[in-house]
Amino acid sequence: MVTEAAATELLTRAWQIAGGVPDPELPMLTLADLGILREISLGDGHVTVSLTPTYSGCPALVEMRREVAARLAAAGFADAQVLTVLSPPWSTDLISPDGRRKLAAAGIAPPRSRAARRDGPVPLTLFAPGPQVACPRCGSVDTLQTAAFSGTACKDLHRCRACGEPFEHVKEV
Amino acid sequence: MSTASTEDTMGFDTAYESISEETDTGHRWAFGTGFTDPLAGVDTTVPAGVDGADLGAYCLMLGDDALVMSHRLQQWLARAPELEEETALANIALDLLGQARLLLSRAGTADGTERTEDDLAFGRGEREFRNVRLAEVTDGDFAGLIGRLIVFSAWRLALLDRLRGSADPVLAAVAAQGAKELTYHRDYAAQWLIRLGDGTGYSRERMARGLAAVAPLVPELFEPTAVERRLAAAGVGVDPAELRNEFDAVASVVLGEAELDWPDVAALARVSGQAGRDGVHTEEMGYLLAELQSVARAMPGATW
Repeated sequence: MVTEAAATELLTRAWQIAGGVPDPELPMLTLADLGILREISLGDGHVTVSLTPTYSGCPALVEMRREVAARLAAAGFADAQVLTVLSPPWSTDLISPDGRRKLAAAGIAPPRSRAARRDGPVPLTLFAPGPQVACPRCGSVDTLQTAAFSGTACKDLHRCRACGEPFEHVKEV
Repeated sequence: MSTASTEDTMGFDTAYESISEETDTGHRWAFGTGFTDPLAGVDTTVPAGVDGADLGAYCLMLGDDALVMSHRLQQWLARAPELEEETALANIALDLLGQARLLLSRAGTADGTERTEDDLAFGRGEREFRNVRLAEVTDGDFAGLIGRLIVFSAWRLALLDRLRGSADPVLAAVAAQGAKELTYHRDYAAQWLIRLGDGTGYSRERMARGLAAVAPLVPELFEPTAVERRLAAAGVGVDPAELRNEFDAVASVVLGEAELDWPDVAALARVSGQAGRDGVHTEEMGYLLAELQSVARAMPGATW
């Protein structure tokens, strides 16, 4: 049995270790920045970490699970378990303010806040969505979506008409 | 050795040495090849009052729709008209493949057979696949693909959006995630349909032909099977007939912007009253499965 203070300290350490794992596809972000680390609990001296996938087909989840388990084991957490939690689904609203700053610093426009979903069918977007995404390089909002999908499932492509640079943007989901 | 610090890695003579060291722990080094159970650590108990066999059959239907459609989209890779479109189709195919993995895994846990996603994707014959025929047909050209994609994504989004409230928490969670993805797929297809329909005379003619090719496959999407009726009554599934109004509303807005009319063509006939959901498919399905399952059948149980 561990004392309550010791348990709290263990949990804090486990959060730091698991939360510090970088995302394989957006390596400037940690799992904590990304908001996919749902819960860490301690039972019988074992830690259990719960992760939420970003997209149904996200190939990075396997790598993340493995890395979390390996780092916890290396830090002395024996038999750490990594679980998948599907509900509620991940949203870009869960990316931390720190994560948003890191994305922008890496030249990737962070996601905007999602508008609250109204009742009724999911609305269609038939034309390029507004308001415009701000350019992560020069800050101009005079930008254009050039493609609705990009190199990873979570991003789309834009071009800044002020500075002329193309850039990626994390899509709101 | 995933915990190796930068200094440790620097100790190796070559990058390959550090990679091969990593495989010693039993990890596969190549990114994305760790095909572990997508429902690992998820509570897959079938809720009380829910028929596990029906739930399994239903997840197979929805999983097969996604798997087969994803495979058809993957066949566009290296063939799309522009790199950006190829990227888009690859992303849509990946989302659908992810949904398929979750749904097939759910099918195997719900029906008590404990079949894995691989057992179900690679070990079944054509008559055991439960996808609608819309998912399996080939596309004559890019406009044909856009016609098929707008129909598939508008229909599936209407379905998954309703399944967010399913009495099966696993199905509800998969649907909630999938609905967000389908929203982007539907917008992509709708925007292309408008661009082609409202483009040149030639692009408009090609888009009209694409719609005429897909239209016969549409009625089947809204015809419920006995399993779907039972699960809809139990609050687990959705009767597809209920999706028709939303589908028609979406089609009317998009076709209105594209200045195209919905083609007036007859439905593709059922065979002795049976269609995709009963395991009766078009001729093209056999060729699709031959390709989809070729590696798994040539080397059963292979890992790399």
